[in-house]
Amino acid sequence: MGQIVFDRPKALSDVQLTYCPGCTHGIVHRLIAQVIDELEIEGRTVGIAPVGCSVFAYNFFDCDMIQAPHGRAPAVATGVKRAHPNNVLFTYQGDGDLAAIGTAETVHVGARGENITTIFINNAIYGMTGGQMAPTTLYKQVTMTTPYGREKNIQGSPIKVCEMLATLDGTAYAERVAVDCVKNVNATKKAIKKAFQIQMAGKGYSIVEVLSACPTEWGKSPVEALEWIRTDMMPFYPLGIYKDVTEG
Amino acid sequence: MNKVTINIDWCKGCGLCAEACPKKIISLASDKLNKKGYHPACITDEEKCIACAMCAVMCPETVIKVEKL
Repeated sequence: MGQIVFDRPKALSDVQLTYCPGCTHGIVHRLIAQVIDELEIEGRTVGIAPVGCSVFAYNFFDCDMIQAPHGRAPAVATGVKRAHPNNVLFTYQGDGDLAAIGTAETVHVGARGENITTIFINNAIYGMTGGQMAPTTLYKQVTMTTPYGREKNIQGSPIKVCEMLATLDGTAYAERVAVDCVKNVNATKKAIKKAFQIQMAGKGYSIVEVLSACPTEWGKSPVEALEWIRTDMMPFYPLGIYKDVTEG
Repeated sequence: MNKVTINIDWCKGCGLCAEACPKKIISLASDKLNKKGYHPACITDEEKCIACAMCAVMCPETVIKVEKL
């Protein structure tokens, strides 16, 4: 009898993803599904899909999903969690959704210390709308709307979401991870699992920021894009745990 | 002998599996196209597979299944 080393997790629907080749949304989707399987919480998990490339996330997970208006995923999650406190809630948001139009919801969900988990995909660009500058776009990064590179005195500075949310008392867990290599993908899964466990223990708001690749809008091959995460994104967005109430 | 099964119809030929494979036995089939028009990943020498599943871990489409026989 063969031993299965790796197979599709049950919580991932049996449909093909709609993302571009090499887009790391797929990796993060799978990690969330694996965590749902491992914690055996599929029956009581509710995911909130954002607006952006991952708007169709409700098709890709086998658990209950709700599609929220742009940036309002934390608000929708708050409502579901307060009505059904035993459910496990996660919001899946990109940088445009979470750090631009939904900044108020993001900050206040942390301030209120809602028992929900946010998976934040930071790829430093607007993917779906055609590669414009995002709040997380790096200095000197060329996008459709910053053709000469982002300048601090013109477009302002990138938002470091984990650092910002870690200052709030209601935030229980904030960690930044990446999906650029096998080691970091495994670390990402561990972080997502921990965030879910912190939520299930009722400790407060948890966020996992994932440095992701957008090969299409960055104009790079999938392999080059992962390299760019390491060489350009990581120096500005250092990986690590920014807050963890379960430690110390 | 280990077994790697790739659902080539869902593969988008991004090549992240080939990059991750420590034995370098995955390549994109340049002589083959799938339904969507991508060159899908294929195993060139399954004998050498050590069932580490690093290809499957990096696959954004989760189309790789790895078995230890």
